[in-house]
Amino acid sequence: MPPVPMGKSGQTLAKGFNQLGWHWWPSDTAIATQQYDGRDRCINLGACGSGCAQGAKASTDITYWPHAVRAGVEVRTRCRVREITVNDEGMASGVAYYDEEGVERFQAAQVVIVACNGVGTPRLLLNSTSGKFPNGLANSSGLVGKNLMFHPYASIQGVFDEPMDGYKGPGVCIWSQEFYETDAERGFVRGYTYEINRGRGPVATALTGMFSGRIPRGEGHHEAYRRLFNRITGMVGICEDLPEEHNTVTLDPDLKDAHGIPAPKIDYTLSENSRRMLDHAVARGTEVLRAAGAVDIITEAPIGVGGWHLMGTARMGTDPQRSVVNEWGRAHDVRNLFIVDGSIFVTSAGVNPTRTIQALALYVADSMKKRLANLFD
Amino acid sequence: MDSIATDNPFTADQERALIAFAGAAIPASSAYAVPGADDPLIAADILATARRYADAIGAALDREDRLAIARHGAKFVDLDAAAKKSQIERANQPRSSDDASDDAEDELDRARFSAHRTMLSIIAQCYYRDDRVMRSLDMEPRSPFPEGFEVEEGDWSLLEPVRRRGKVYRDAPR
Ligand SMILES: Cc1cc2nc3c(=O)[nH]c(=O)nc-3n(C[C@H](O)[C@H](O)[C@H](O)COP(=O)(O)OP(=O)(O)OC[C@H]3O[C@@H](n4cnc5c(N)ncnc54)[C@H](O)[C@@H]3O)c2cc1C
Ligand code: SF4
Repeated sequence: MPPVPMGKSGQTLAKGFNQLGWHWWPSDTAIATQQYDGRDRCINLGACGSGCAQGAKASTDITYWPHAVRAGVEVRTRCRVREITVNDEGMASGVAYYDEEGVERFQAAQVVIVACNGVGTPRLLLNSTSGKFPNGLANSSGLVGKNLMFHPYASIQGVFDEPMDGYKGPGVCIWSQEFYETDAERGFVRGYTYEINRGRGPVATALTGMFSGRIPRGEGHHEAYRRLFNRITGMVGICEDLPEEHNTVTLDPDLKDAHGIPAPKIDYTLSENSRRMLDHAVARGTEVLRAAGAVDIITEAPIGVGGWHLMGTARMGTDPQRSVVNEWGRAHDVRNLFIVDGSIFVTSAGVNPTRTIQALALYVADSMKKRLANLFD
Repeated sequence: MDSIATDNPFTADQERALIAFAGAAIPASSAYAVPGADDPLIAADILATARRYADAIGAALDREDRLAIARHGAKFVDLDAAAKKSQIERANQPRSSDDASDDAEDELDRARFSAHRTMLSIIAQCYYRDDRVMRSLDMEPRSPFPEGFEVEEGDWSLLEPVRRRGKVYRDAPR
């Protein structure tokens, strides 16, 4: 399938990257540019972040779920699992959950597969205590909820004299992995990916301008607004956070959800390594925007509304003392419990995580299928 | 959205202050032939949208009035344009936690900063979806769906230098 169009923004930035001799690459952005599997093609609505009315943007409700449901899977929505129960042999026996009406139910199971992601998964495991597992299920290593990683994001946006794509088209147009690998001279390990954001809609332009002090309130608003509208394009640097045991998801001692289940509590400190990576991303991003012709640069690092990629809190590994699940996703401590989400990441990778989560989920499913005869050995 | 009077979580003073705040943030312009954000249609949209955040916004508007009275002896709505502008510009400076100043009149606390951002977000959202404003920006006053937009494909030969350079990734270990 062809990538999403470069547009004015992508071409402008591509020329900047070429001028510096840096890597860049087209984007598919999980968007169907042709009809595919019952989904229509992208028509450049531009509102991908708030939901694709066209159905071109991939999300599990229109990709995996319809196939799963047709294959006989029953989906029970608006249910909340309180705990995974275990039997006398220390095997998972099912889940206790609250249904849509808040009624407590029990679902017995031969196999339990958890996909609640980097915060929900450790929360559920830590809430699943029993005589056999007093510190939470699958937690003999003590690593459930530890090593929480985000992707600190640096935002570097340029203002151009020429019109860019503005509010039209998928939000990402091209990518660069020029600074993905470790280079000791940069003063940090690992690296980051640049995701090139196409442009901004009218509201986002107003807010970027007002919050960064480039568009005044009151007199002068409209002139300044028109200098930015359809003229912003730039990038975010997606930095590879590293696992650190002091970054954690634990259970809040006081806070509970509507069902009385202890809520997750997050402790996280941005590391010096990630801080340096953010600074590097801002400096190099500014360079490429200038090379592309930007007349003004707006930066924010780390972005205030970030921290939405959740990884590392039930890490994968071969050593039961240093990891929660084995190399094919099965909990070391519970032979019929599997985890298939971002919590099994060992490092975060300097790139958005969802494809890797999908790849891991498919890989764990395949591994289970291959071992059906001796899955619990 | 239809509503009845008792649905309204704002007092009359708060409503006036919010509309005045909107007009002070985005005033009308004859040069661009656009209304201000205090235009009746836009103001109604702002008031309806702001209901979801009524507690935080109501408290913030009360604070604006107290501040205006302390500084100028008048409610926010009765200040002149320059005083209104100055008051809302200053609210955008977050007070740093180690700021030693304890000027009570200038209580730029975190709550005020974030409530202002919420208000400005709502004001911008409602203002820039008004048909008259969209037309003034050469936008068609319609939702993106179902017609969509044209975006030029671009010149993919720009990739040649990247291809010539060869692969930048490591092969996965076997
Ligand atoms: C604003 C935003 C933008 C993002 N943009 C990108 C992007 O551009 N690219 C990218 O790769 N990723 C992006 N992500 C991350 C992406 O959304 C996640 O990586 C992805 O959704 C993870 O999929 P998942 O199925 O593992 O977990 P989730 O989608 O988080 O699903 C977990 C599900 O488990 C449910 N759950 C949790 N606990 C329980 C319980 N006890 N009982 C029952 N159900 C439970 C939750 O309600 C949820 O539905 C973004 C995330 C956010 C928030
Ligand atoms: S631009 Fe985004 S929202 Fe619009 S059709 Fe394409 S994927 Fe959907």
